[in-house]
Amino acid sequence: MIAELGHYALALALCVAVVQSTLPMIGAARNDSVLMGLAPPAATAQFLAIVVAFGALTYGYVTSDFSIINVAQNSHSLKPMLYKVSGVWGNHEGSMILWVLILSLFGFAVAAFGNNLPPSLRARVLSVQGLIGVGFLGFILLTSNPFERLDPAPLDGNDLNPLLQDPGLAFHPPMLYLGYVGFSMAFSFAVAALIEGRVDPAWARWVRPWTLAAWTALTGGITLGSWWAYYELGWGGWWYWDPVENASFMPWLAGTALLHSAIVVEKRDALKSWTILLAIITFGLSLMGTFLVRSGVLTSVHAFAVDPERGLYILGLMSVAIGGALILYAIRAPSMKLGGMFQPVSREGGLVMNNLLLSVATATVFIGTLYPLFLDATTGQKVSVGPPFFNATFVPVMMPVVLLMAVGPFLAWKRGDLPGAMARLWTAALFSAAVAAFVWTQHTGAAFGPIIGFAFAGWLAGGAITEWAARIALFRQPLGVSLSRAAGLPRSAHGMTLAHLGLAIFICGAVADSYWREEVVVNAKPGETVSIAGYDLTLESIKHTQGPNYQTETARLRVMRDGAEVTILSPERRFYPVQQMPTTEAAIHSTFLADLYAAIGDGGAKAGWTVRVWHNPLVPWIWAGCMIMAIGGLVSLSDRRLRIGAPKRGQSPGSSKASGSEPAAQPAGAD
Amino acid sequence: MNRLIYILPLLLFAGLAAYFATPILQGKNPHTLPSAMIDKPAPPRTLEPLLSSKPGIDPASLTGEVQLVNFFASWCGPCRVEHPLLMQIAAAKAVPLYGVNYKDAPEAAVKWLADLGDPFERIGRDGDGRTGIEWGVYGVPETYVVDRAGRIQYRHVGPLSRQTFEETIMPLVTQLREQNK
Repeated sequence: MIAELGHYALALALCVAVVQSTLPMIGAARNDSVLMGLAPPAATAQFLAIVVAFGALTYGYVTSDFSIINVAQNSHSLKPMLYKVSGVWGNHEGSMILWVLILSLFGFAVAAFGNNLPPSLRARVLSVQGLIGVGFLGFILLTSNPFERLDPAPLDGNDLNPLLQDPGLAFHPPMLYLGYVGFSMAFSFAVAALIEGRVDPAWARWVRPWTLAAWTALTGGITLGSWWAYYELGWGGWWYWDPVENASFMPWLAGTALLHSAIVVEKRDALKSWTILLAIITFGLSLMGTFLVRSGVLTSVHAFAVDPERGLYILGLMSVAIGGALILYAIRAPSMKLGGMFQPVSREGGLVMNNLLLSVATATVFIGTLYPLFLDATTGQKVSVGPPFFNATFVPVMMPVVLLMAVGPFLAWKRGDLPGAMARLWTAALFSAAVAAFVWTQHTGAAFGPIIGFAFAGWLAGGAITEWAARIALFRQPLGVSLSRAAGLPRSAHGMTLAHLGLAIFICGAVADSYWREEVVVNAKPGETVSIAGYDLTLESIKHTQGPNYQTETARLRVMRDGAEVTILSPERRFYPVQQMPTTEAAIHSTFLADLYAAIGDGGAKAGWTVRVWHNPLVPWIWAGCMIMAIGGLVSLSDRRLRIGAPKRGQSPGSSKASGSEPAAQPAGAD
Repeated sequence: MNRLIYILPLLLFAGLAAYFATPILQGKNPHTLPSAMIDKPAPPRTLEPLLSSKPGIDPASLTGEVQLVNFFASWCGPCRVEHPLLMQIAAAKAVPLYGVNYKDAPEAAVKWLADLGDPFERIGRDGDGRTGIEWGVYGVPETYVVDRAGRIQYRHVGPLSRQTFEETIMPLVTQLREQNK
């Protein structure tokens, strides 16, 4: 009964979405406030209907109702409650429900908080958002109904893929989808602007918070996914340039570019058609991420659906959404007014370079990811171009990005003073040199690569801190003055500093891990010792125990350093009988400076067990850096300017200039 | 001209969509890539050995016996997938396996083999990927069947499956063994 209710709610949501996507659009064209006014309640109704549907499916999972095919295929009565709930989105049908739930949540947010938007823009944005909803709800109802019944119901379910039974991955899809779907807002705003035929600073100011929120969620989602791969797959690595990872990384890169180009539209009323195009591309890449993973083209833990019919539907959906938007773009963009002019050396110029380089980086990842997929699509064969391709193409493109990241914020709008900026960056250069020298002394005879990597990270961190210190006049004014200036600084400025610093920290972790990772693989019997990076690990015992829905072999490794005990590591090898699948649970001893990572493989009392131990220097910095980036996004999102919303849009094109200028100093009560 | 720039994204997208749609619309996919190298002699190049304990590959070693030449790399996920099958082929002594270690760091490759097992009779190093270019390798893994005369007779792109091995490659190997005995 509950399941049928959920199914009905989905159908209802589709009907509402059809209304939402048509009538307000017509209303906006005719300037009919009644029709336009339909959009917010429709968005709210759509959201509520999908909440009911999602709740119904969750209820099915929590109560282990195996008469629902979806639950029977993906759940098991013995599964811990957390994974019963996360099982809702751990499969194709359920994950699509989560997708539309988040989509309608964003629509609802515009309906609830978009009162300061011009009515026609709001109506059009919600219409476009409704149209995406129609596409996806239709997809679910036609090809992927999660509420289908099974008669007779089995006694127990098939269980969820054990690799997905993990707290990190339980929250990875919702975060990722918040990011993917969040870019639908930028897309809807872009399409609405193309229909309206105008883009101005006020528009950019509405788009920015949505993009920022999506970017922040995507950063968090990718980090969680990478962290999961690190400790769950038991290979000691954290990024494999796997197509599924790349599918989420491409919208991140494009979204990063979008985030920066929107600043130029907001502050200087320039780069308008480029920003629109980026918004379309970013959402297109998000959809492609969904498409690549859903169509079953990829063989990986993420590929739940192997069904060409679905692939064709999503392809059609993408063609309509992205193709349609690009047709609109081809028609409308050429007539868009060019905005403020600027010199090549200026803040705008820096941001243009940022955009160019990030676009090239996105393109390299795109080619590296899709080329094997093209091959797969034409021949059904899977090959890997692998890390050598990405290391050779992606890394060199990102190096100038990092170089410029430190310089850009020092350049003035319109016309920058490069020698002046460089002169102010001497501390950053000094810091960079000091970091490089320190690394050199720590790893005498270290290869050129890591030294360069650390120098770049030092340069970026030095630049970010110098810029921040200059803005609050640190050390040039009494501390009290600096502190009050820091409090008065827009939160977005703090956010930028944090995000850039986060990247610098991430680079340190990534460089150190890729150059100095140590790995030992031995076949050990209880009592034997493995040595790595100054640690001695003694395999003391291996125990068999029974978990809730698995059997496990747990090793006990005593870790000693210089004769003193450091910790006990307990890596596990689990076997899930329902899915007939083994998983490894790595044990990690993390200090701030390195991870000691242990995993056990096959073995027996006679032959001994395969014990793999890695020493991964600075790996914690990778997650820390990414988290700091995401926190930077959150801080920037809390900026008063974004919270309170954009000022009223100017009535004449001329007056939009006023709203585009830098806002006055923040009032002291901002905090 | 200026207008063309704005239409360009649409055109690129249309091409991409068509590329994705074609195989889905056609339904069944062909499973082999045509290779220009079929029935041509394998490129004559001497590859230095990866391991000190095992010989590398030279033109002479590619003749006299039907064999499989497998391009692999330690960084390649799909190679990991096909590796157990290669181990079984080696254990069953079904057909000699030669390995070409493609664009890989030697230490990483040695470790990889020590870790997962070494199914190869000979392993040559192709550090810069030149041999791969000469053979027409798209990406790893790829497996070639080379006949007694040292000619390439079959090419398989992607990880070898048991089905392909048993239903396509082994019959071909048997047939080639019968020929020009």
